[in-house]
Amino acid sequence: MSISLNPWVWIAAFLTLSMMSFLYKDNIFYKIGEHIYVGSSAAFMLIYLWYFDVKPKLIDGFINNTGFSRWILIIPAFLSLLMLMRFVRPVAWISRWAIAFTVGMGAGLGITGLLQGFLVPQIKATILPLYVSGHSTLMTIYLSLNNILLILGTLSAIVYFYFSKEHTGPVKKISQIGITFIMVAFGASFGYTVMARISLLIGRVYFLLHNWLGLV
Amino acid sequence: MREFLEKAGNIDRRIIYLIIFLAVATTILVKARFKSSPLPEVQRSYKIINDLPSGSVVMFSIDYDASSMPELDPMLRAMLRHCFKKNLKVIMLGHWPLGLPLGQLALDDIAREYHKKYGTDYVFLGYRPGLQAVMLNLGKEIRSVFATDYKGTPLDSLPLMRNVHNYNDIAILVGLEAGSVGDAWVQFANARFNQKIILGSTAVITPDLYPYLQAGQIVGLIGGLRGASDYETLVEHPAMASLGMASQTVVHVLIILLILLGNIGYFATRRKK
Repeated sequence: MSISLNPWVWIAAFLTLSMMSFLYKDNIFYKIGEHIYVGSSAAFMLIYLWYFDVKPKLIDGFINNTGFSRWILIIPAFLSLLMLMRFVRPVAWISRWAIAFTVGMGAGLGITGLLQGFLVPQIKATILPLYVSGHSTLMTIYLSLNNILLILGTLSAIVYFYFSKEHTGPVKKISQIGITFIMVAFGASFGYTVMARISLLIGRVYFLLHNWLGLV
Repeated sequence: MREFLEKAGNIDRRIIYLIIFLAVATTILVKARFKSSPLPEVQRSYKIINDLPSGSVVMFSIDYDASSMPELDPMLRAMLRHCFKKNLKVIMLGHWPLGLPLGQLALDDIAREYHKKYGTDYVFLGYRPGLQAVMLNLGKEIRSVFATDYKGTPLDSLPLMRNVHNYNDIAILVGLEAGSVGDAWVQFANARFNQKIILGSTAVITPDLYPYLQAGQIVGLIGGLRGASDYETLVEHPAMASLGMASQTVVHVLIILLILLGNIGYFATRRKK
């Protein structure tokens, strides 16, 4: 056992135990940890944005650039000032112009990105042959069944979310198949989520035993 | 017996937390290890990096922060080890400002381990806001987004960056994801510029990324601690993820038992009512 002598490790261990203490009940140590986390994160974010964005791109850019690439910077600087108007109540509405610009750009990029990078390739990926020839009969059955399941799952799940027609008769049957596929997906998702949360605990316990107490 | 089952179905949640904590701690303390064969998608990711010719450029994107560190940090370290062992060049950037120092820490550690030189073998670019705009501009000219590295050194004065201008010069992009940035990499870097992508993700978002793998939009997927442990096995350097997987196995069995116990207790109580 070689306990750490690094004060930062001790602070990290104290904060880890403080956050974990919430599992017993809300307490002062948890509150201290929570406030330090929120405060330091906000401060860190501010510093990062200043040094990685505002200073190099806007301030240094304005000082060092010439011509068009210099004067174009007035537009983002002006929009930033408009955004800050939120803190001046009588003219707070002006900040909406800057927000409108951000929303418009985000929506434009998002829509094209989703269509080109998600919807079309994903639809293409479900256009599959129902019969796939493998190097053995078993492989042929496996590959074909895989494609059939994929197509059936996609179509039936879409039918489940089709609300323009009442879910009766064959539509009901297909939507029931769809919900089965959706439930399987939720189950897989839940299993992975449990795994992720346990991983976080493992990470912290490992830190306490290895970095702090030196037991491992 | 019924009384016991009723009590079992109504265990105080704090006792369950304690049992889980002790199970994790004990498994780590005894350094238990369970053997498992790497998942096919992880093997594929490994093979793709392994087959790259020496000197190829791999770009890492750090899109996570401290809350996802236990899963993604071992993954990053294992992949960096693989890259440096294969003499590949590494460029690192990120879209989660709070996580970038973690990436930088791992990069510096592993580079030191393999005696790699900053600027020649690896470069840390840092962060720029504007997710999609950054990804699109990287496809045209990296300098239009990152004129300098994180220290303010102009990119052209770094030997590694002299011939790297856009995605055409990057063999593989590795996105380590704890949120939706991976979707953006696929939608912008892959769909528009055909950039080959391997995604490493937290287990929470891994199921959402499988459709990309199925559709061939990403070439590899490394999911959660299991994925990290598999990669550690493949690079023959078992570390924290491999150790953690034993705890995962024990805790999963425990959780299944607790679910069974809870349900038996519930049915026993219902029958009594």
